[in-house]
Amino acid sequence: MTTVIDVEGVSKQFKIHHGRHQSLKERLLHPKSGSTEVFHALRDINFKVDTNETVGLLGHNGSGKSTLLKCICGVLQPTSGAIRLRGSLAALLELGAGFQTELSGRDNVYLYGAMLGFSKKMVDGIFDDVVDFSEIEQFIDTQVKFYSSGMYVRLAFAVAVNVDPDILVVDEVLAVGDERFQAKCIDRIQTFQNEGRSILLVTHNADQVRSICDRAIVLENGRMIADGPTHESLRIFREHLMDSATEHDHSGVLANISIDSITTPSGSFDVRSGAGMHFDVNITTQTAYSGNFVMEIFTRGGLLVSRSDAKGSPVNLTPGPNRIGIDLPQIPLLDGVYDVNVGVVDPHGNTVVAWKEQAASIQVTYDGRESGLVEMGASIRQQ
Amino acid sequence: MSDASPARIERRSLEDDAFRVVSARASLSTRLRNLWARRELLTSLITSDIRIKYKNSALGILWSMLTPALFLAIYYVVFSVFLKNGIPNFVIYLFSGMVVWNMFQNALNAATGVIVVRAGLVKKVSFPREILALANVGAAVVYFVIQVGVLGLYLLAVGHAPAWNYLWILPIAFLALYFFTASVAIVMSAVTVYLRDMEHFMAIILQLWFFMSPVVYSYENSIAAPLHRHGLAWLYFMNPITLIMLTFQRVFYVATTVHSTTSAAVLKILPTWPMSTYFYMNIGLLGVMIGLFLVSEMVFGRLEGNFESEL
Repeated sequence: MTTVIDVEGVSKQFKIHHGRHQSLKERLLHPKSGSTEVFHALRDINFKVDTNETVGLLGHNGSGKSTLLKCICGVLQPTSGAIRLRGSLAALLELGAGFQTELSGRDNVYLYGAMLGFSKKMVDGIFDDVVDFSEIEQFIDTQVKFYSSGMYVRLAFAVAVNVDPDILVVDEVLAVGDERFQAKCIDRIQTFQNEGRSILLVTHNADQVRSICDRAIVLENGRMIADGPTHESLRIFREHLMDSATEHDHSGVLANISIDSITTPSGSFDVRSGAGMHFDVNITTQTAYSGNFVMEIFTRGGLLVSRSDAKGSPVNLTPGPNRIGIDLPQIPLLDGVYDVNVGVVDPHGNTVVAWKEQAASIQVTYDGRESGLVEMGASIRQQ
Repeated sequence: MSDASPARIERRSLEDDAFRVVSARASLSTRLRNLWARRELLTSLITSDIRIKYKNSALGILWSMLTPALFLAIYYVVFSVFLKNGIPNFVIYLFSGMVVWNMFQNALNAATGVIVVRAGLVKKVSFPREILALANVGAAVVYFVIQVGVLGLYLLAVGHAPAWNYLWILPIAFLALYFFTASVAIVMSAVTVYLRDMEHFMAIILQLWFFMSPVVYSYENSIAAPLHRHGLAWLYFMNPITLIMLTFQRVFYVATTVHSTTSAAVLKILPTWPMSTYFYMNIGLLGVMIGLFLVSEMVFGRLEGNFESEL
């Protein structure tokens, strides 16, 4: 293990100008007009990323995650602290930002490669792979201005992932292209992981972090509030999501609902595969609320096994303690530990009003011979 | 899923790689090292710059030769027919100053707004930002070389020999021109981010600067005498372009005094300095210009920290 990214005491402040003038005349006429406010985008961030690690950087909009990423990529300079990098870095910040639309796809591959810091010789070596990956062979000599937005992004992504970086930094760009191309991108990222490279993935999509990352860092208001195994960090992320939602909730609904505990009649969370299970969820509210109840089951690896219908389970919470029962008639899961998340959402199934991440962990034991995630009970015979 | 992935393949170890540091302020030597490390990006940007300029035009890159050649033809007609100023071979005099001026002007016209124009790139991709300005200067150098080529062809056509013995001073003068142009371009590109007026302002300044430099007139033949009388010649030479131009004119035009073609007068065209004076002045200027370049790098470093909030 070698440290490839070392972020040490990094802070970044922005000066926000209110009504500042940008032309010479206005500045001369109103030398002191407008006020300047200092905004702390990052405060004393410390962490390290080693080779072989895939780290997720989670945070809401405005939490400072993109600023931190830009500092790591060298686009921004931190106000204080230092970031040290080892090995080559390719950043997928905004795909195609370096493209010159007047030039052909071929010229842009070389230009973009040079921009990412790779020599012409290296780009020569990977050119065919880039074209292959981007699937635009027949348009490679067409001016980029005639490309569709999908082609544009595919070409940029293809360059960035084919230049053989030691560190790959990805900023919410996996939402590009059609589903098939997205799958291809995820696939490529997993190949990167298997090759022992380091990946820093920035997103506010918890599911993506769960499925790709070994470790996650959570930022909030420029501060690092968690750095640990993915499921631990995600729990903190979700809790803070609720906390900050509560702060901004003027009707006061959110503050009033709390999920206290989840219990089973026997007190045990062990279950045999194929058997049923019953949970009781204890919720306390101050005021009455009608919404829907949701339950999620995840593997420890972060794969979503099941999420209940967010619109189909109405609950009417009355002031005081409430008890919600969940019946799982038959659990077809195979051996393993599964995490249960529960929550209450609004009547339309859109907004989460109460949530408990990892409310319970169930241990499933299975003595059959199937392997994988669920028992299908397939019967196979020759006809 | 990390826990389901197959055994990881060992890649080359990064243990021996040195750390690169991204921190609040990079030292001048770090800046120059980074700049040097990205020279390949500079050539890429220069070629793409030139390509874009001539893309979609039927004659393409041929224009870069055709334009100066046609200008030369126009000057020839104007100064040998309409505006006879008595200076023989005035076209050669004019054009040898023009190549110097064109390089300076082309570079600055493009570089002044370049950081603002390419804000999308500056905010998203990491590279030494002054490379954008330097790429504009580089493209201007390419056009400069082509124009000097056109001038050479013209000299060959009219059978006018340059001052071969002075020719070796030309590279020194050119390097001084390069570093001066690069310094101004780097600083202006950064200042424009904060003061968007600079682009308009520069257009006026450049027009003034053009007439402050001996391009369309001869320094010795016009203002040298009054300036010397008041002891102000040094002021005229504060403009670095002046010395560079005089050197180019000395090399290509050659004659320092000529007989007027319209009267019997003898005209002083160029300073009658010995070769050693040209050499020492140019080498001295080059030294100052390299110093200026380092200063411009530091200024850019100070200004670039806040680009993000201004762009």
